[in-house]
Amino acid sequence: MDRLTRKAYELRRDIIEEVYRSKAGHIGGDLSVIDILTVLYFEVMNVNPESWKSEDRDRFLLSKGHCTDALYITLGEKGFFDKQKAIDTFSSFGSVFIGHPNTDVPGVEMNSGSLGHGLSLGVGMALAARMDGRSYRTYVVLGDGEMAEGSNYEAMMAAGHYGLDQLCATVDLNGLQISGTTGETMKSDDLGEKFKAFGWYVIEVEDGNNCKQLLAAYQEAEAKKGQPSVILAHTTKGKGVSFMENQKKWHHGVMTEEQYRKAVEEIEGVLA
Amino acid sequence: MSQISNRQVICETLLDAAKNDRDIVVVCSDSRGSASLAPFAEQYPKQFVEVGIAEQNLVSVSAGLASCNKKVFAASPASFLSTRSYEQVKVDVAYSKTNVTLIGISGGVSYGALGMTHHSCQDIAAMASLPDMRVYLPCDRFQTRKLIEALLEDDKPAYVRVSRSATEDVYEENMDFKLNCANVIKEGADAVIITCGELVPYAVKAAKELEREGYGVGVIDMYCLKPMDEKAVLDAAEKADLIVTAEEHSPYGGLGSMVAQIVSAGCPKKVVNLALPDGHIIAGTNHEIFQYYGLDDQGIKRAVIAGLSQGLVK
Repeated sequence: MDRLTRKAYELRRDIIEEVYRSKAGHIGGDLSVIDILTVLYFEVMNVNPESWKSEDRDRFLLSKGHCTDALYITLGEKGFFDKQKAIDTFSSFGSVFIGHPNTDVPGVEMNSGSLGHGLSLGVGMALAARMDGRSYRTYVVLGDGEMAEGSNYEAMMAAGHYGLDQLCATVDLNGLQISGTTGETMKSDDLGEKFKAFGWYVIEVEDGNNCKQLLAAYQEAEAKKGQPSVILAHTTKGKGVSFMENQKKWHHGVMTEEQYRKAVEEIEGVLA
Repeated sequence: MSQISNRQVICETLLDAAKNDRDIVVVCSDSRGSASLAPFAEQYPKQFVEVGIAEQNLVSVSAGLASCNKKVFAASPASFLSTRSYEQVKVDVAYSKTNVTLIGISGGVSYGALGMTHHSCQDIAAMASLPDMRVYLPCDRFQTRKLIEALLEDDKPAYVRVSRSATEDVYEENMDFKLNCANVIKEGADAVIITCGELVPYAVKAAKELEREGYGVGVIDMYCLKPMDEKAVLDAAEKADLIVTAEEHSPYGGLGSMVAQIVSAGCPKKVVNLALPDGHIIAGTNHEIFQYYGLDDQGIKRAVIAGLSQGLVK
């Protein structure tokens, strides 16, 4: 097993721990997005506690903010804070580790939680980089259900208009949202065509839970000049825990003790 | 009568400041003309961003720029800026405490006969209820310049509403200005009119006429709606029998509501709130509209006399 894949599975184990203890969080999406976060934070982006104050750091926005367990665990693993603190206090009274990313947590760029904001914020950050002649890149991760928010299309239009090649969006296409499949809820099967129509460079990743495929896609995106890039990552919701995979009820399901043991056993089986 | 509108003054102030500051950025939503910001776009194209008619994007793009140390001024008609992009203001500007000054142009009933879609008669209530958002309604060109200069000095969110047409001068150039301190234009022992924005000249005129008729009537320009200058309100309530508020806003959640909260808790006196109706607003110029709803000098004067002749809290 390669380093990034192993890392993603280790982080899955922590996410399961955090969600089980708190009886809160959005486990299905956490498990679909974690490979994307792993590749970005541990290979692609220049973001770490040492360079956090640097104007040249890359910018990251989790627009699908409800999958914040995955982000907190990733930032903790990266050394922004003691990961155990997030696991112990997530969603509890007075904790900074609330159910959506917020800037009281070290390593979080912007508050999020309400869907359809991240891409516009990213456009602003990418425009600022251009104004200042800086080479940092801005990465925005969105959910596929989130793509029903109209504000995304305003942002897509502006990013295409300005040819923001330092902006890279990723859509975590796990195909499910709280009411059912994204297709049933609101037709979304031609997302690539929509991005293309707004002037984006579109990269499809067949297996969005495969770190090698994701890494290749981010390298391709960085090489593309003159256009913003979007990575359409076809993921599996609940990836890594068999009884959660592709089940809408695990959008924000709470595990019983038995389910928790089974989930941990499956992840540890992969790591063994 | 000055021919220079407050929006023009904002552009002049930003042009002056941008001479020495490459981080000042203006963002517009096809509104550079109506905001009088076209000269800024021409002189500083690299510090100007056009987002098209997309107010949600206007606000979040501004917040993204501000998070990268830009001092952002986002200008769009107050009607759209304050409600269409309200959630973006709530989350990306107020909650995230980004250095964005929202310039709501053609505020209140400035658009006159264009109708309810273009009026912004709830913006004070909407913006003031957001934690960390400040709300300002300057009255004339001199105060507008001082306000923008002060806002350039800090890095906190703010909403500024200005009218479309030039307003009568209330102050002089280089007036005394202190951010978040109301301007006591005139003191009064019988009644004090507390107002803001375009209604200030009407209130001053009403107070002068009332003075000639034997009433001691003061005027406070509460251009800082939030944080409101509570001391100025309580000082007025302690000295006068009656407080009359006048605002180009819905009767709910604006200047009158806020003043009444302060007065009732700190120094109970009768408060009469003059505002636009909770209903469809009649078509006309802004002056005709003010006159119709009793927000002009004569309307304010009538309200002061009526208030003083009725039972007062002693």
